[in-house]
Amino acid sequence: MSSPLANGIEVEGLVREFKNGPRAVDGIDLTVEPGEIYGFLGPNGAGKSTTVLMLTTLLPPTAGRARVAGFDIVADGPRVRASIGAALQEAALDPLLTAREHMRLQTALHGIGKAERRARGQELLERVGLSEAADRKVGGFSGGMKRRLDLALALAHRPRILFLDEPTTGLDIQSRTALWGEVARLAAEEGVTVFLTTQYLEEADALAGRVGIIDHGHLVAEGTPAALKAEIGRPTVEAVPREQGDRERLAAVLARFGPNSGASPRGAAARLEGGEAQLAEVVRALDSEGIAIETLQLHAPSLDDVFLAKTGRSLEGAGAAEEEVEVAAEAVDAR
Amino acid sequence: MSEHRLGTQVGQLARRSVLRTMRQPAQIVPALVFPMFLLAVNSGGLRDTTNLPGFPTGSYLTFALAVPFVQGALFSVMNSGTDLARDIETGFLDRLALTPLRGAALLSGLLAGAVLLGLVQAATYLTVGLVAGAELVTGVPGALVIVALSVSVTVAFGTIGLFAALRTGSGEAVQSLFPVFFVFLFISAMALPLDLIQTDWFRQVATLNPVTYLLEAFRSLLFEGWEPEALALGFGIAAAVLAVGMTAASRALKTRLVRT
Repeated sequence: MSSPLANGIEVEGLVREFKNGPRAVDGIDLTVEPGEIYGFLGPNGAGKSTTVLMLTTLLPPTAGRARVAGFDIVADGPRVRASIGAALQEAALDPLLTAREHMRLQTALHGIGKAERRARGQELLERVGLSEAADRKVGGFSGGMKRRLDLALALAHRPRILFLDEPTTGLDIQSRTALWGEVARLAAEEGVTVFLTTQYLEEADALAGRVGIIDHGHLVAEGTPAALKAEIGRPTVEAVPREQGDRERLAAVLARFGPNSGASPRGAAARLEGGEAQLAEVVRALDSEGIAIETLQLHAPSLDDVFLAKTGRSLEGAGAAEEEVEVAAEAVDAR
Repeated sequence: MSEHRLGTQVGQLARRSVLRTMRQPAQIVPALVFPMFLLAVNSGGLRDTTNLPGFPTGSYLTFALAVPFVQGALFSVMNSGTDLARDIETGFLDRLALTPLRGAALLSGLLAGAVLLGLVQAATYLTVGLVAGAELVTGVPGALVIVALSVSVTVAFGTIGLFAALRTGSGEAVQSLFPVFFVFLFISAMALPLDLIQTDWFRQVATLNPVTYLLEAFRSLLFEGWEPEALALGFGIAAAVLAVGMTAASRALKTRLVRT
């Protein structure tokens, strides 16, 4: 039976536990409103992809409930699948088929009538800028072209909800921006609800109306990017010394004003506990210590700062160890 | 949207399977060349075997021509299994699982490539064999039955490849099956008729080996004439392997695709 949130997603206490492994997803609650772009942000191995696999019905949850497009993901799998489109991690394409052949297969399997298949395929290939490459084998496509085809395939049957699992990982900035544009257009013009997982802060910042931050299977923060950053409210000061020998002294001075934060290899950074008003004090302290500065920058709070504040770790590179754990857990689990 | 008909799904996946097979010469060429190479070596080196009392034909080439049909079918274990394993490894199977695809359509469609391979193999082996001087006492009707049997055996063995792929999810694991299946070919009546095998244990193993009866079905059409019992055994074994392989593959697919 369909719920009032017919184009949205409702998740209550969702859990996925792998055999002989950790809880990849450990009791997540979230709601995605119809037409919203929801950014699901976290490092590798945090539980993002496992959550997507459950919400797209490809992996049964161990516990908890979720309704996608108004249908229960366990009891109404086929109806959920009919309502959603998904571009999962790593564009899953057949290198021996052309883009047009992919579209034909996808539209046919979704039950689109013969007469409409060709037109729908052509329309989507044009929309993602692949009409000229439509008859080339996908094996020769660039990463960006594969991702765009992946998106077109996910849209073949006009889904109301779109799941995009790290859609821009490995793409150059041009391809990434083009994909962002199309995703934003889908939500704005066609009212498609988008559930987007990403490990790129700027992606969540640029696209998502709301962001959920996941770490070790737990949702640690949720809200609009602006609200989350305002909640942290502390800017970061980053400095590079003129003499590299002064780097440790520089870090020690900055540490007086707040905890160390990620910086370039040549510099040091600290989150200003007292806000941007402390910048003048920082400059005076560096001057009194006789540390000559090459560059000094004040960064507004970012989603990485939010992640750091919520988890005690920086998002950048936070997931390497966890990724291995999750991959190992998934490998032993008979999906 | 029209109804999600099984026929459409099978047709589309069959089309993909055939396209994939045609676009991978590395799948087709070894399946054609290696059996012909083995045929040339065996029929040349074992030519005098026909002098043994009771050998059923005066042409060892004709006797040996049955082997490529079974050997070629073994390639379909590797080809169909490797294709499916690659779909699992790349996530393409997940893409298919997100559509209203039925499991039966997936397996049937994937075997379409094996049908094509079986047809091409049978036509090639038969043509090369006849050009080289092999007999075909059952004529054109016999040739058609040989092609039908070859396709049946190829498809039946292909289901074992699908099962292996679904169980392991690994193309390498599927390929490692090839030597195992090859052993079955060598411990059959591949080189000699059953009643001329002198070593007791080998004769007993070959008698129990179903591959022997597949070879005898082909041989009956090549140089013995219409032998209903041999043909029934050949087609029956192919049907049994198909039934067992398809059942096992269907169960493995359910385990692999845990979609709700």
